[in-house]
Amino acid sequence: MQWTQIVSKRIQNEHKEIAGNGVAMKGPSSKWAFSMGFLVGACSVYVFLHQVWFERSYPVLSEAQEKATAAVERPTSWRKEGAALINLLHPHHADEDSWVADVLYQKVRVLCWVMTGPYNLQSRAHHVRATWSRHCNVVVFMSSVEDPDFPTVGLGTKEGRDQLYWKTIRAFHYVYEHYVNEADWFLKADDDTYVVVDNLRWILSNHTPKEPIYFGKRFKPYTKQGYMSGGAGYVLSKEALKRFVEGFRTKVCTHTTPVEDLALGQCLEKMGVMAGDSRDTLHRETFHPFVPEHHLTGKFSKSFWYWSYCYYPIVEGPQCCSDLAVSFHYVEAELMYTLEYYTYHLRAYGYTPRYQPPLHQGLSFGPLSQTTVMVGIKEAQEKERNKLVPGAFKVKILFIIYNKR
Amino acid sequence: MFMKGMIMGGIFCLVLSLLASFNPSTEHTTEDHHHHHLQAPSKDELKHFSHSQMEDLSNQVRVYCIIMVQPKILVYWAAAIHTWSKHCDKAVFYTSEASKALEAVDLNEKDDWARLRKALTHAYENAGDLRWFFVAQPTTFAIIENLKYLLLTKDPNEPFYLGNAAKSGELDYVVYDSGIVLSYEALKRLVNVFKDEDKCPERGGSLWNVGEEKQLAMCLKYTGVFAENGEDIHGKGLFNSKSVESLISDSMQANPTNVVEGCCSDMAVTFNGMSPDQMQANPTNVVEGCCSDMAVTFNGMSPDQMQVMMFGVYRLRPYGHDFHDLLIFDPPVGSDND
Repeated sequence: MQWTQIVSKRIQNEHKEIAGNGVAMKGPSSKWAFSMGFLVGACSVYVFLHQVWFERSYPVLSEAQEKATAAVERPTSWRKEGAALINLLHPHHADEDSWVADVLYQKVRVLCWVMTGPYNLQSRAHHVRATWSRHCNVVVFMSSVEDPDFPTVGLGTKEGRDQLYWKTIRAFHYVYEHYVNEADWFLKADDDTYVVVDNLRWILSNHTPKEPIYFGKRFKPYTKQGYMSGGAGYVLSKEALKRFVEGFRTKVCTHTTPVEDLALGQCLEKMGVMAGDSRDTLHRETFHPFVPEHHLTGKFSKSFWYWSYCYYPIVEGPQCCSDLAVSFHYVEAELMYTLEYYTYHLRAYGYTPRYQPPLHQGLSFGPLSQTTVMVGIKEAQEKERNKLVPGAFKVKILFIIYNKR
Repeated sequence: MFMKGMIMGGIFCLVLSLLASFNPSTEHTTEDHHHHHLQAPSKDELKHFSHSQMEDLSNQVRVYCIIMVQPKILVYWAAAIHTWSKHCDKAVFYTSEASKALEAVDLNEKDDWARLRKALTHAYENAGDLRWFFVAQPTTFAIIENLKYLLLTKDPNEPFYLGNAAKSGELDYVVYDSGIVLSYEALKRLVNVFKDEDKCPERGGSLWNVGEEKQLAMCLKYTGVFAENGEDIHGKGLFNSKSVESLISDSMQANPTNVVEGCCSDMAVTFNGMSPDQMQANPTNVVEGCCSDMAVTFNGMSPDQMQVMMFGVYRLRPYGHDFHDLLIFDPPVGSDND
């Protein structure tokens, strides 16, 4: 627009000049003024139209985006209590029926504490906060330094691998002191661990928080009953947490080594807490110490430490991992969002998975919800009865009159 | 005088634009397709169909997958065999030259456009009772169930040509990388126009160096078939020319959220540094800003990443979340990664 301004300025000056001379605008100068005016007018309208029309095509894109973001997910609402984020509403999808997950959410309350540090807040903890931790009942980020905005708890330690067990000890004590009544199970994860909390609840629903038990990726060395890998995440029952804290109070447990997962495992063993089997009903692992790609496609070399560490036999290829996987480790930012997309968003319409996990007996549903449970079971039974002829593609339609609650 | 001139100039320009339907915006975004969108059916739409109508529709929506391979990219060929193509009703691999390692229809043709023509003709002749055709590159990953959902209420006896629609000058075409979908009628017309050396030359294209995807669009245009953009009910594109990781990465760059901003007092209730109102509008920017839940294709993923996608699409899921879909698709026989 600049050059038009220059032009119009020149014309204005000329006007002043003419006006100043008191000469009426006639003859060649007026023709020139007219043509200049014509040009300026035409060009201004051209530019104006260009802007308007360009902007008109723009909303076609953003309108779709807006509709997409609005329609897909209801927001979660959080209550900030000190350094903890208390999740009041379980994240929901517009199209799904998640009442079983909702019931589990109420009955199997999980507090997640995430091991992080001041230098990892932006690069790692931020992405945990934006993805899987939204599915916990309570989430607390543990750092060496307090940060009221993120928020993180300041454990008063230094940073570094040699501080890991100190952080774990203090983190569990903090959680016990402040939030022991807010949850039934207490999960520890790293800021590069991805956890599918709904699947964690499924495993835990077969147990009660009064049992002295803990779950994770079970390793075998240095202990009688094994211990759980720190990176893959592990979860303690309320009773187990109580005993851990008690162990330190009575000095049965002390800080022995910075290798936090082993040290914790040894303490819990001394305190009579059982190392649980977290595998699914087909004996497939649920907690994983590496990324999905590594477990699904990688071949672990025979000399790799992993072979001698795993408590249960290693399975390579697709059966390495349960459909109801609970965790993966060494997950970088991009993969966090990718896994969230794979788990909670992307799906194959109408696809009936091979693995149909049973409802655990541990769950007792209320009388009203029993109708929906029965419908669900009937649905599953019907699918069983109508198993297809091998090799043929066939499509069935199920119309279910569904009574909610 | 100047003012008069200006007004005249303005009016002149306006009139000219209106008369000539003059569009001053020359940089058209490739996603500007007001006229040619094809959306997936909504749940409400499907509820109007009777039981038998749904049965008919589902029998109709069976897919013949045409997968164009070459021996030099054997790993991708193998990846397609062991992953997504198992979900096609019929998956046929068309190669430029025979390979001892893997089975395919050997078209014995080095030219890309000629090869595509031959493959399409072969598919048409061997369609049996299949009425939908999906053309893929070896680097494409497709979720056939979602493709079927998209096509469910569309009649294959009508001409359909869809995928990720783009524009090149005046030509609307479907991008090859993200998969091309053709209905039986569209393919029938195409096979017929192949015989016309003027409208649809077999070798002429290489002179102009126009890609096969555009050649295809031009030939189809002659038969009255136009490219359409496949979208979900929210208007999000279902056919992606990039990998999931790439799209997530793009979304991360487009949605940076400021972490430690010192935004809030003790009384504030916020998450992700956003107020509850902001959260209402943008719960998880990155994932929602990325890709559709019912995405049909991705492209450019490594064979290992394709295995991960099989796990992610067909197996990994959160317990207790159910979808009461109106169609049922069973897992393919003799497979263990889905």
